[in-house]
Amino acid sequence: MSTSTHRSWYKRNEIAVTPWLFLIPGIAMFALYVIIPIFQSFWISFHEWDGLGEKTWVGLDNYERLLGGDRKFETSFWNNLKWLVLYLLAIPMGLFISLFLNQKVFGIRLYKSLFFFPFVISQVVVGLVFSWFYLPGDQGLLNNVVGVFGLGPYNILGSPDTATYGIIAAGLWPQTAYCMILYLTGLNSVDPEQVEAARLDGAKGHRMLWHVILPQLKPATFIAFVVTIIGALRSFDFIAVMTNGGPFGSTRVLSFYMFEESLSEFGFRMGYGAAIAVVLFFIMLGFIGYFLWSMYQDEKGAR
Amino acid sequence: MFPTPLEKTSRQWQISYQVLLPIVLIIWLLPLIAVAIFSIKPDADFTNGNYWGIPSSFEMFNNYGKVFFESDMPRYLWNSVLITIPTVIGAVILSSMTGFALGVYKFKGNLPIFFMFIAGNFVPFQILMVPVRDLTLGLGLYDTKTGLVLFHIAFQTGFCTLFMRNFIRALPFPLIEAARVEGVSEWRIFLFVVLPLMKPALAALSVLIFTFIWNDYFWAIVLTQGPDSQPVTAGITSFNSQYRAAYHLMSAGSIVAALPPVAMFFLMQKHFIAGLTLGAVK
Repeated sequence: MSTSTHRSWYKRNEIAVTPWLFLIPGIAMFALYVIIPIFQSFWISFHEWDGLGEKTWVGLDNYERLLGGDRKFETSFWNNLKWLVLYLLAIPMGLFISLFLNQKVFGIRLYKSLFFFPFVISQVVVGLVFSWFYLPGDQGLLNNVVGVFGLGPYNILGSPDTATYGIIAAGLWPQTAYCMILYLTGLNSVDPEQVEAARLDGAKGHRMLWHVILPQLKPATFIAFVVTIIGALRSFDFIAVMTNGGPFGSTRVLSFYMFEESLSEFGFRMGYGAAIAVVLFFIMLGFIGYFLWSMYQDEKGAR
Repeated sequence: MFPTPLEKTSRQWQISYQVLLPIVLIIWLLPLIAVAIFSIKPDADFTNGNYWGIPSSFEMFNNYGKVFFESDMPRYLWNSVLITIPTVIGAVILSSMTGFALGVYKFKGNLPIFFMFIAGNFVPFQILMVPVRDLTLGLGLYDTKTGLVLFHIAFQTGFCTLFMRNFIRALPFPLIEAARVEGVSEWRIFLFVVLPLMKPALAALSVLIFTFIWNDYFWAIVLTQGPDSQPVTAGITSFNSQYRAAYHLMSAGSIVAALPPVAMFFLMQKHFIAGLTLGAVK
């Protein structure tokens, strides 16, 4: 008797209970490794901590030190801004290449794959590849190429004035490939009738692109924007591999500086590192909020 | 079609396009081509300053043989396999469940949970770094592949849930309702109705996660050290300090490290691009 009432309770509530049963493992893992650590980092940022011993409560000291004239922090922050602005170039460059490749000629599929494939390679390898490409003197291919035009030689990664730009250029390579593939997919679904109609009305070239094509590519542009912003703020691998923050600390960004403070030969300053992470988190939160808001608008529209 | 299809353009442009295409491709891939050339050169070319001239001898087998038989590279590669494959399986299983729950059922908290997964997926790694490292140490999993796999599964669940949920939402809902009318229990609906329809999504996600995890560097250096558990992305940097300035070996090593995801991409191209461009069209 009791089993049958038990079963009927489950049967009666099956549709209400099932989603939670399916969600529990995913939510548990995600909470343990992502959601709770965010709050823990906030907590740690109010302490001084070497990662092993006791935490010492220092209140807002870490933030005061960080925002009150830490030169390394300032450099990192400005470099993050450079990354953000210049990384966005991947979007128009990707669009440009996708327009160039959006043809039906023999072998074009292979061309598209080959153009895309920098994105598939790990950033560590891309970083290494570019650091050899930039080698100073006549060792680097870049100097050999510009040498033909009577320029150079440059020591891109060796000079504090150019190193960050050199790294961003390396980062733009796979990111442009990513944006290109987004736009190629978008271009595939552009409504041919609208294009023909606009053509009959005499639209062509950049006017056609701007008024007819780009509005239809809006979803692709949005995703390109999201992944590029996130990618710019996550830049770590390139810097670690190509310059390790140098020369003279000129290529640090917040993500790298945080890592350096928390886990490097300079000692384990977890509290200070956590404070840097929190600042980076708030910068990102602005963008995350905007992305979520846009997606939420879509969700409402879909209902 | 935009831009104007080639057939409808002038003869001159048609020819110049065909000529331009390979030239632009070579320029685009120049850094890679350079590395490929490095990797087949003999050591002597670098000491003699012959960086970009014709290789004085063809040492491909020699260089790659050294990478495979005289270094830690095979161990690192194997670690990468042992980290990547379980992560793919774990993340795909977890997220097909969460995606099913969020895509099929209407309940209070559906959207907030969904948005929690998306938001968590965008968070900077650094805000997780100290607590996750601490947690992994506490579990006794620091410097183990398991520790790395657990974190990767958890983090990737964010992106995978977004992907799976949107995919399931686009499935024909009457199918599920029909099964319910037949009296099929909910978890059977998941296993026998929804899961078979999710094959393209499962394939796309698997290739994407494989690439993401294979290429991960940050968590590899935060949660592991040394050739016992580090994946190849981290291994390549220590490989490079071992062979400082031995460009022929360093470039051969890099190519080896980059190859698996590249092979995966070319084999599963359709799925890869379908996964990556999800949402790029309406």
